[in-house]
Amino acid sequence: MRWLRLPEGVSTISPTIDQMFYIILVVTGVAFVVTEVVLLWFAFRYRGKPGVRAHYTHGNGRLEVIWTVVPAIMLVFLTFASRTAWNKIKGSIPPTDETVVVTGSQFNWEFRYGGADGQFDTTDDIITSNDMRLPVGAKTLIRLRSKDVLHSFFLPYHRLKQDAVPGVTIDVWLEPTKTGIYEIACAELCGFGHYSMRGLLTVMEPSEYRAWIEEQEAALQAATAGETPEEAGESAAATAPPA
Amino acid sequence: MSEHRTPFIRKYIFSEDHKVIGIQFLFMSLLFMIVGGLLALMVRWQLGYPDRPMPLGTLFPESLMPEGHIGPELYNMLFTMHGSVMIFLVIIPNLTGAFGNFLIPLMIGAKDMAFPRLNMLSFWVALAGGTVMASSFFVEAGAASTGWTAYPPLSAVAEFTGVTRGQTLWIISVMIVGTSSIMGAVNYITTIVNMRAPGMHFFRMPLSVWALFITAILQLMATPVLAAALGMLLFDRTLGTHFFAPVGGGQVLLWQHLFWFYSHPAVYIMILPAMGFVSDILATFARKPVFGYKAMVFSIIGIAGLGFIVWGHHMFQSGMNPALGTAFMVSTMVIAVPSAIKTFNWLGTLWRGSIRFTTAMLNAMTFVSMFIIGGLSGIFMASTPVDIFIHDTYFIVAHLHYVLFGGSLFGVFAALTYWFPKMFGKMMNETLGRIHWALTFLFFNLVFFPMHYIGMQGHMRRIYDPTQYDFLKPLQPINEFMTISALLLGAAQILFVVNFVWSLARAKTGARNPWQANTLEWTTTSPAPHGNWDVIPTVYRGPYEFSVPGVVEDYLPQDRSGATIPSPLEAAVLKPTRA
Repeated sequence: MRWLRLPEGVSTISPTIDQMFYIILVVTGVAFVVTEVVLLWFAFRYRGKPGVRAHYTHGNGRLEVIWTVVPAIMLVFLTFASRTAWNKIKGSIPPTDETVVVTGSQFNWEFRYGGADGQFDTTDDIITSNDMRLPVGAKTLIRLRSKDVLHSFFLPYHRLKQDAVPGVTIDVWLEPTKTGIYEIACAELCGFGHYSMRGLLTVMEPSEYRAWIEEQEAALQAATAGETPEEAGESAAATAPPA
Repeated sequence: MSEHRTPFIRKYIFSEDHKVIGIQFLFMSLLFMIVGGLLALMVRWQLGYPDRPMPLGTLFPESLMPEGHIGPELYNMLFTMHGSVMIFLVIIPNLTGAFGNFLIPLMIGAKDMAFPRLNMLSFWVALAGGTVMASSFFVEAGAASTGWTAYPPLSAVAEFTGVTRGQTLWIISVMIVGTSSIMGAVNYITTIVNMRAPGMHFFRMPLSVWALFITAILQLMATPVLAAALGMLLFDRTLGTHFFAPVGGGQVLLWQHLFWFYSHPAVYIMILPAMGFVSDILATFARKPVFGYKAMVFSIIGIAGLGFIVWGHHMFQSGMNPALGTAFMVSTMVIAVPSAIKTFNWLGTLWRGSIRFTTAMLNAMTFVSMFIIGGLSGIFMASTPVDIFIHDTYFIVAHLHYVLFGGSLFGVFAALTYWFPKMFGKMMNETLGRIHWALTFLFFNLVFFPMHYIGMQGHMRRIYDPTQYDFLKPLQPINEFMTISALLLGAAQILFVVNFVWSLARAKTGARNPWQANTLEWTTTSPAPHGNWDVIPTVYRGPYEFSVPGVVEDYLPQDRSGATIPSPLEAAVLKPTRA
C-alpha cells in the first residue's frame, strides 16, 4: 500500500496535515468499499430472472434517518478535526526567528532578507532569485507578495501552499525539520512561463545559515565598495542632503 | 396545427417545438464534445510526451506548433478552451438545453414550453456564443489562456499573457451563453409551475423534472452574478477600469468571490439533471419504484440551497481570512449529506429489483459508482488543512473529472440511449452500446484514477512540462500511461459516434414505450408530434409504479385510469384524485 502514502513531510505542520489526510482516507475508504461492494452485490444478486418480480416498496423511513444521521456524524467529526488542524496552522502566527519577504513575478521568485540592519526595503537587503535559504528548526515568517499576477508559493514536502496576491502582503510561517535542498513550485497559473517558475529552498544548519547570511552581507558590501568612483559619487549625491 | 404544411425551415431550423430545439441543443453539444475531447487529447499528449512533436502537429500553423511541438502558450490555450468548451458548450447545454427542453413538456404533460419563441431564441443565442468561443482560436494571438476560471490580473491585462482579442472574445462568448441559460431557465420554471397536466402534482413529477426544475432556479439566480463579473472584467480589459487591479484600488479576490458564487452552483447545474435522469433509468430497469422518492426530492433542494454558500471552498489558499475558510468548510461538509442520501437511495432502488442490464442501465449504474468516488474525494479538499497540500494539484483534476465525466457524462450516455427512441422513433444498437460502455468505463478509470496518486505526490495542474521539476520526474511513466489510456478512451468514443449516426439512419420502429416505463413521455408516439398529444393525458399516480402487486404487467403508466391500488407514498402525502 505504498501508493497510499504521501511524500515525506519535512516541516512542523506536515504531520498535522498528513494525519488529517489519512483520517479522511480511512473514513472515505470504508465508505467507498462498502458502497461499491453493495452496488456490485445488488447488481449480481438482483439481476433479472424470468418469472421473478421486483419487490414493491417506496422506501423506508427508518433507513432514511439512519443514512442521513450516520454520514452527518462522520462529517461533523471530520469538520471538527479539520478545524483544529487548520487553526494550528493558520491561526495566530507564533513568534518567529527569521523573516523573508517572498515576491512572485512572471516568472521567478525573489527572496529578500533584512541584511545587517534587519530592516526591509533598505540598501543592505540581501536579494536572491529563485534561491531561498532557511535554517532548520527555526520558525521563519514568510511575507508573500506579488508584482504582477497571482502566483502560489508551493513547497510540496513542507506542505506549504499560499497564493501570492498583487496589492496585499500575506503572512505565513514555516519551520523546516530537516536539512536538504527542496524544490519551490508555482501552483497558480501565472502565464506561459508558469511551468518554469521553479526555485530551490536550501534548508541549512543554523550555523551554516548564519555563515551564508554573513557571506552575502560581505559580498554586498564588497560590491558597493567596488563601485566605480563615478557611480559611488552619484549614489552619494543622491543620498547626501543638498549643501 | 397543420403539421405537414410547416415549411422545412420552420420545422427543423427556426422551430418553436421544444423537441426540435432540444435536439438542436443535443447536436450542438455533441459536436462541441468532439472539439473539447480533441483539445483534452492534445493536453494529454503534451503531458505524456513533453519532448516529442504531436502526431499531425505539422498540420497546424507554424506559429502555434513550431515543428509540430505544442508550445507553452498554446498549451495554456488548450486546457483553457478544453474546460470552457466542456462546461459552457457541452455539459450545461446538453443537460439543461437538450434534455431539459426535450423532457420537461413531455414528462409533465404539456403541449410545449410556456414561451416557445424565447425557447427558440435561447438555442440560437447559445449557438452564437459557441461560435464566438470557437472563433477565438483563429484571431491574432490566439484563444484565451487563463484557465476556465479566468483569474485576474492575468485575464484582465493583455500584456500578462500576450493574448489580446482571444480573451475578450472568451468573456463575450460566456456572456452570450449565460444569456441563453437565463432564457432557458425562465422558460423551464414557468412551464413546470404552470403547465403540468391534470393530476400532475409536484410530488408526482419524475425526478428528472424535479432536478431540471431546481437546476433552472439555480441558473436563474447564479448566472446574472457571473454576467456582472464578466462585465467588470470586460471593462477592465477594454475600458481601463480597475475593478480587479490593485493599482487603481481594485480587489483581485473580488473576481474569485463573484466567479465562484456562480460557478459553484454551476457545478450542481452540471450534475443535478444527470442525477434526475439516472434515478428514472434505475427505477425503470430495476422494475422498482425509486427508493425514498421524497428524500430524493429534498436532497436535490438541499444540495441546491447549500450550493449557494459553499463557494469559498475554492479559495482556501487564496489569502481569504482563515476564519472564513472554516465557515466554508462547515457548509461544504454539510452538502455531502444530501449527496450521501441520494447514493444510498439509488442502492435502495436496486435492492430486491429485477434488473435489466441495458446499455442505459449500465451507464446509469456507472454514474452511481463513479459519483461515489467523485463525491468521497471531495471530502479531502473540503478539509481546509488537507486542501493546503492538494489544492491546485492533480488530485483536484481527478475529483472534478470523476464528477463531470464519471458522473455527468455517463449520465448523458445513459439518458441519450434511454430517450433516443422517443427523440427519433428508433433504437440505438445495444451490442455497440455495451461495448462502448465497457471500453469507456475501463479507459476512463485508467486515465483518471492515477491522477489521485500523482496529486498526492504534489503534481501541480496546468503545468506545461512536468519534467522541469525533479520531484515530478518519477511520475512521468504514470503521465505517459494516462496519455495512452486517454487516446484509447478517445478512440472508444468513435463507437458511440458510429452507433449514434448509424442508428439515426435506421428505419423507424415507432415503438411508443420500448422500455415499459411509466412516465408521460412514453404515452405519445415516437417521435411525438408538434404539440405532443391530441388530448392532454390525465395523471393518476406517481412516476415509478413498477411491479405493483395485483397488476398483471410489471409497470403502471401514470396516465392509466382504473382499478389499481394507490401507492403508499401518495396515500400518505396527497389527496387522491382518482377518476
